[in-house]
Amino acid sequence: MSKDLIRLESIEMSFGDKKVLNNINLLVKDKEFVTLLGPSGCGKTTTLRIIGGFETPISGSVYFDGKKINSVPAYKRRVNTVFQRYALFTHLNVYDNIAFGLRIRKMNEKQIEQNIKDMLSLVNLSGYENRAVSSLSGGEQQRIAIARALVNHPQVLLLDEPLGALDLKLRKEMQVELKKMQQSLGITFIYVTHDQEEALTMSDTIVVMNKGNIQQVGSPIDIYNEPSNAFVADFIGESNIISGIMREDFHVDFAGRHFECVDKGFEKDEDIDVVIRPEDLKIVPPDKAQMSGVVESSVFKGVHYEMVVEANGFKWLIHSTLSEAPGDTVGLYIAPFDIHIMHREAAE
Amino acid sequence: MKKAYLTALPYAVYACIFIVAPLILIVVYSFTSSGGEFTLEHFQRFFNFDNPAYMLVLWRSVRTAFVSTVICLLIGYPMAYILSKISARLRSILAFLFVLPMWMNFLLRTYAWMTLLEKTGIINTLLGAMGLPALNIMYTEWAVVLGNVYNFLPFMILPIYTSLTKMDQSLIEAAQDLGANRRGVFFKVTFPLSLPGVISGISMTFMPAVTTFIISRLLGGGQNALIGDIIENQFKVVGDWGFGSALSVILMVLILLSMNIMRRYEAENAEGGVLL
Repeated sequence: MSKDLIRLESIEMSFGDKKVLNNINLLVKDKEFVTLLGPSGCGKTTTLRIIGGFETPISGSVYFDGKKINSVPAYKRRVNTVFQRYALFTHLNVYDNIAFGLRIRKMNEKQIEQNIKDMLSLVNLSGYENRAVSSLSGGEQQRIAIARALVNHPQVLLLDEPLGALDLKLRKEMQVELKKMQQSLGITFIYVTHDQEEALTMSDTIVVMNKGNIQQVGSPIDIYNEPSNAFVADFIGESNIISGIMREDFHVDFAGRHFECVDKGFEKDEDIDVVIRPEDLKIVPPDKAQMSGVVESSVFKGVHYEMVVEANGFKWLIHSTLSEAPGDTVGLYIAPFDIHIMHREAAE
Repeated sequence: MKKAYLTALPYAVYACIFIVAPLILIVVYSFTSSGGEFTLEHFQRFFNFDNPAYMLVLWRSVRTAFVSTVICLLIGYPMAYILSKISARLRSILAFLFVLPMWMNFLLRTYAWMTLLEKTGIINTLLGAMGLPALNIMYTEWAVVLGNVYNFLPFMILPIYTSLTKMDQSLIEAAQDLGANRRGVFFKVTFPLSLPGVISGISMTFMPAVTTFIISRLLGGGQNALIGDIIENQFKVVGDWGFGSALSVILMVLILLSMNIMRRYEAENAEGGVLL
């Protein structure tokens, strides 16, 4: 992670009366894999399109390598995009699609041929040169779209939900492949998705967005373990979010009892939200339990069972490899470092 | 399955009576002599290289239709392009203005051009008032071309407009993304992708233009008769149904051939605004 490559400064954007981006500030470092993550309509695609040059923000600045590029048109930016529905040229074959950008830059045909050969082998589609685009499967079209963008050696590759149309298995494979490509080519990726798992798998940095605002920026581990507010906690994986009171550093009250935790720096008796991941609620023998509750339901999910346990007046979502039958009484334990404290958000 | 077949029956009957039967009759007539026997005389009369008068008429028809089609394309494409780019409000107003003349009778519209183009017509009166030389295109091939362009332009604009609006906007963005400026985007992406629309526009303009007889009669006068005029003449004035039918068959074959070439091109470039 070296120098700063892209900087967004107080970007505001609206379509008509609808405000879509609100004071967006973002820093993307060179060779970083950044994911813009959020529900649909959160402004992540608009942010990407502003970087690509397809939208002009109402106010704020876009810097690329230190230079302000607000008024630089898309075709002059050293950025390439993989579009959501691939946007391959249907009137051209695979070869001509990939050659499109190189021909505009007047590269000689021999070099183009070599470049395309290399690119096709990179995306595992060697020998596809003369195929019609319409004869390719979704996954193959996706790879061609990636090759068409990467062949231009952009400094930044923008990807707008590129795996959205693929089936789960293919998506997982492509996630790994994309990450490998990004690392071996040393190109900055800015990736838009609404799939939190995809974001956690691939990113160096995740930018969680909601309603045109950035909610949190951090590494996947930070975002997962230390969500900064209830929206992030809820959006990134399933979690139990309970309101509580921070008594003092390392001491918190929630669910009707006192817990030890590892958080500090809150005001005395501050109203806070507590996040506990379903896998962090441990089922233990009664003598070691902090709470005891009754299993309401238990569903087998493959690797784990998903249970709902009622204890201390709350229904807790629990993921455990142990199966307990509905109606059983179980003991629950939460380790101090598994209790995540968040400042309470002002009610909207 | 059987029911679906039944619902097509009325159309099948209609097609047999009004399309298939007349076609068969025309072909039969074209090979029948006045005495009622099989003959090739009508075709020999047309393909007479000692006196190629009829072939020259066909050539003139094709040439006039071709020029009209090219002019329609040159006017129609930019028009369709502008229509596809402007706001929905402005677009509906413009589209309305285009369609408006079509609510008037075809003959009436063409007669209107006569009064506009006449030696002492409105255009020449205005030109004279401005001290400009008179425009003498009435009863020339150019008047026929003008009439064709005026009447058939909407058929060129519409399919091109359809193919332009149906185009995936992200393809244009993809081209920009890959470094194409506005010119590059147009010539490398927009235009090639709108070709199916252009092709249907061309066939929808060329076909009526090559077969027309009213426009050439009213604006072209006697000396610029087209193949359509000759055919009409054979049936209504001369009464030589056999020769008239033969000319129709020749024209039909010509149109089928050109459509086939177009279709083959279209098949290679699948997708697009085919209106036929």
